Amino acid sequence: MTADTVISAQGLNLTFQTNDGPVHALKDVDLDIRKGEFVSFIGPSGCGKTTFLRCIAGLETPTGGTLTVNGMTPDQARRARAYGYVFQAAGLYPWRTIGGNVKLPLEIMGFSKAEQAERVARVLALVDLAGFEKKFPWQLSGGMQQRASIARALAFDADILLMDEPFGALDEIVRDHLNEQLLALWARTEKTIGFVTHSIPEAVYLSTKIVVMSPRPGRITDVIDSPLPKERPLDIRDSKEFIDIAHRVREGLRAGHVDD
Amino acid sequence: MKSVLPILTIVGAILLIWVVAVIPMNMHLTADQAQRDGLVVTPATPAERQGYSGLGLSFANPDLIPLTYNLDRPRLPSPHQVAGEMWDTIALRNVTSRQSLVYHGWVTLSSTLVGFVIGTTLGILLAIGIVHNRAMDMSVMPWAIASQTIPILALAPMIIVMMGQFGIQGLLPKAVISAYLSFFPVVVGMVKGLRSPDAMQMDLLRTYYASASQGFWKLRLPASVPYLFASFKIGISAALVGAIVAELPTGARAGFGARMLVGDQYGNPLVTWAALFAAAITAAALVAIFTAMERLTLRRMGMAAA
Repeated sequence: MTADTVISAQGLNLTFQTNDGPVHALKDVDLDIRKGEFVSFIGPSGCGKTTFLRCIAGLETPTGGTLTVNGMTPDQARRARAYGYVFQAAGLYPWRTIGGNVKLPLEIMGFSKAEQAERVARVLALVDLAGFEKKFPWQLSGGMQQRASIARALAFDADILLMDEPFGALDEIVRDHLNEQLLALWARTEKTIGFVTHSIPEAVYLSTKIVVMSPRPGRITDVIDSPLPKERPLDIRDSKEFIDIAHRVREGLRAGHVDD
Repeated sequence: MKSVLPILTIVGAILLIWVVAVIPMNMHLTADQAQRDGLVVTPATPAERQGYSGLGLSFANPDLIPLTYNLDRPRLPSPHQVAGEMWDTIALRNVTSRQSLVYHGWVTLSSTLVGFVIGTTLGILLAIGIVHNRAMDMSVMPWAIASQTIPILALAPMIIVMMGQFGIQGLLPKAVISAYLSFFPVVVGMVKGLRSPDAMQMDLLRTYYASASQGFWKLRLPASVPYLFASFKIGISAALVGAIVAELPTGARAGFGARMLVGDQYGNPLVTWAALFAAAITAAALVAIFTAMERLTLRRMGMAAA
């Protein structure tokens, strides 16, 4: 753990008690995330990648080990509004306009009216939705709705952005486009991003660090620091480095599957 | 507007069945009257006619069929008689007259509306309590359901007598019975509506560290609006039924219920039927008003997509 560590997990365990006995959602997870990193969590369903993200957000409580976010417990970090969270579904309120939806966290956190308006305009521009402020969610495509939900997570300037398969429900072309935009946004805002996915190309394309996980019990099997440059055009996916990392991720996923 | 044709078809079918049913229903009375008027009736005596069904008697006396539609005190009034009575008592009477259905309608409607407001307020408050308080969640619903299993016809006289004991008469006891019937659909619909936001929506608010009251005003309440309107429509018709029932057992002198009872007691079915139809039309109009309000509100909220 270094001075610029934002998220630090040591020996983290989470066991759910179910009717079929205990389920080890996370077992002995050690991970440090430094400021400004783009970290992807990849693995098959049940590997605990979403659970880990929810632990960071204070939405689940670990049953063992330590976890700090900005040097605080996850619950303190949640109270300090240290992160923005993007879910798989955009989850916009149908009775609010796009602007109104982005405003929601600002209203809850008590920003002044003038500042709300200024911030809404700024983050909508950041996700290329300027001019859609007065539209209702049903008037936007799925990709645009998800961009609006990212704007909502950015609106209150948290340093950490946690994203749980945000583009999982979108088609590939839209997804490529959003990935490109997300990288640009990350470069501009210098946020620390935790990103859950089950797409290998998506993880390799986006991340500075790829965390490969496997199920039963949910654990980390490999952590890959990406050698790819920060500047990444879409065609970097045809480069040798890209294919090598993707290969290593695939091997890691396969290794975690030997018990099946 | 594409629903007009199917609706008219059903109305037409009901009218047809009604018009046909008038003949056998009224044939015995018609035959008795015809005999008194010196017409030829087969069989000739009332005692013999008792052995016939209404249908059989109609086949035996086809000449008398037109007369079944114009009895003064028919067993089943024909549609044009009911329409005539309604025209007479709605359009041709001064609205302040005791003969006017508008007057009686207003008496019933006013206690319906007061009762609906009381019942809806109570229903919404109970629903909020149920959603936010675990003890209320466990305890209130069984009682609310039990309350609706008691026949209102048994309960209404007790409420009216007991409230009369405290000197409360007139509109308020009737409104209480309306409220008793209308709070239930509001509780059920509102609880469902307030709980309609899914786990992800609730998690999102947790990530903002939102308070319970912020969650209520910003998420739960707006999400419950479509459910609330469905409840309103059931509740308002239940409130009208409640007000009418409240007028029946208590010798009320005014209101749709009083008119139905008067028609029944004085052997004047036209009065009963006219009051019945006026009540049904009132209920339909109330529901239509709420449907229009629902459409308007949802469109304003941006939820009436496409």
